[in-house]
Amino acid sequence: MSSLTESSLDPAQAICDFTILAGDPWIHVLKRGQTVRIEDLEGNQAADTLFFNAADPVDRYSAQDTIREQGAIYLTTGTKLISTRGHVLLTITADTCGRHDTLGGACACESNMVRYAIEKRSMHACRDSFLLGARQMGLGKRDLAHNINFFMNVPVTPEGGLTFADGVSAPGRYVEMRAEMDVIALISNCPQLNNPCNGYNPTPVRVLIWA
Amino acid sequence: MPAIDPSLIRFRETVPPGANWSHVLKRGTTLRLTDPEGGANVAALLYNFELLAERLNLPDTLKCQHTARLAKGHCLYTDMGRILVSIPEDTCGWHDPLAGWSTARIVKEKYGAKTYQSARNEWHRNAHDNFVTELGKYGMDERDLTMNVNFFSKVTVDDAGRLSFHPGNSRPGAFVDLRAEMNALVILNTCIHPLDPSPTYAPKPVELTIYTSPPPGPDDFCRNFRMENQRGFTITERYFL
Repeated sequence: MSSLTESSLDPAQAICDFTILAGDPWIHVLKRGQTVRIEDLEGNQAADTLFFNAADPVDRYSAQDTIREQGAIYLTTGTKLISTRGHVLLTITADTCGRHDTLGGACACESNMVRYAIEKRSMHACRDSFLLGARQMGLGKRDLAHNINFFMNVPVTPEGGLTFADGVSAPGRYVEMRAEMDVIALISNCPQLNNPCNGYNPTPVRVLIWA
Repeated sequence: MPAIDPSLIRFRETVPPGANWSHVLKRGTTLRLTDPEGGANVAALLYNFELLAERLNLPDTLKCQHTARLAKGHCLYTDMGRILVSIPEDTCGWHDPLAGWSTARIVKEKYGAKTYQSARNEWHRNAHDNFVTELGKYGMDERDLTMNVNFFSKVTVDDAGRLSFHPGNSRPGAFVDLRAEMNALVILNTCIHPLDPSPTYAPKPVELTIYTSPPPGPDDFCRNFRMENQRGFTITERYFL
């Protein structure tokens, strides 16, 4: 599953244009029918992303349902992002990166302690950003399930190994999705400084929305 | 340790096909899941019983052990970097953390609906509804759902990312031990795996044995399986200080 599909949408026509700095959360309601683009401005950045049915946030993005329904683990053009109740939240409509991860989860202070060193506890992490961002819409820890890592490459081998490979993204690569219902989008632009997958250099991403 | 010293066994139960079970697995005990017939599937979720918002986190579990399958030596981590249970023994070799659970729609499309009214205990059940039911008994709900493990089931991923279910992964008598490293709320059911190609609705039973087990020492296999697990055990042990 790897397909490069460019978009015909004109950034000049977008109704919103946000830049999310590395280490910041961003939360926004996308209306049904709107298209959202996430652009990796400088390359090999990870945009950790959660979606919720805006009418009932208990019904939220589910990595396992999405994987099982498409029969494959990588996300790209054509992937339907499925909720825990089996609804299609969004559909990926364009992708110039080719492969996005939904198994690697979001970095956390506590998982950094396990993965790198107990002394890493105080370093900034995506799940801290998720908690801060979620609060703005009245959501909390129990609402934070497993996310998509746009632009991240986490290959699984036939023998069941899981690796963090060099990113397949590059400056200016983007992914676009059409909202199939009103959805809340919550992004943590990953601040990770311990993982070579971003060259130890977290960078901004851009979010464009078309009506 | 295929045979358990009978003096250590606290109790045994059998979960019939398609049914729910839950238990607060105490630190110092181990839950052995045994597949008596072969081809069982046990869909499971785990929580820190003292802090139910702390739950099994499979992405953290998989990436810190660089694995997309679960087997002997692996630990199941919470989102707080602590170990819920470890797997000191396993004769199956592959447990699926990827493909999720069956839903009412999946079961109905594959096997048709069979109501309790018409079929009594042979009714068609699904793991999603079973999880929500069992979580409800602890005051929890859909917000507490998270990625689950399917014990005894094997799903591989090819180079293009496509999933394949492998029937016959678990042979009659296969077992896996889940040793509690904290007081862990275990929620499980014996519903079919969502990718099981069986043309007939035929979930299998599972036998449960809860037995007393010693705390993991410095030479413990799971502790030394990876550097990450050494830190995971340290973080978990500090939680009890």
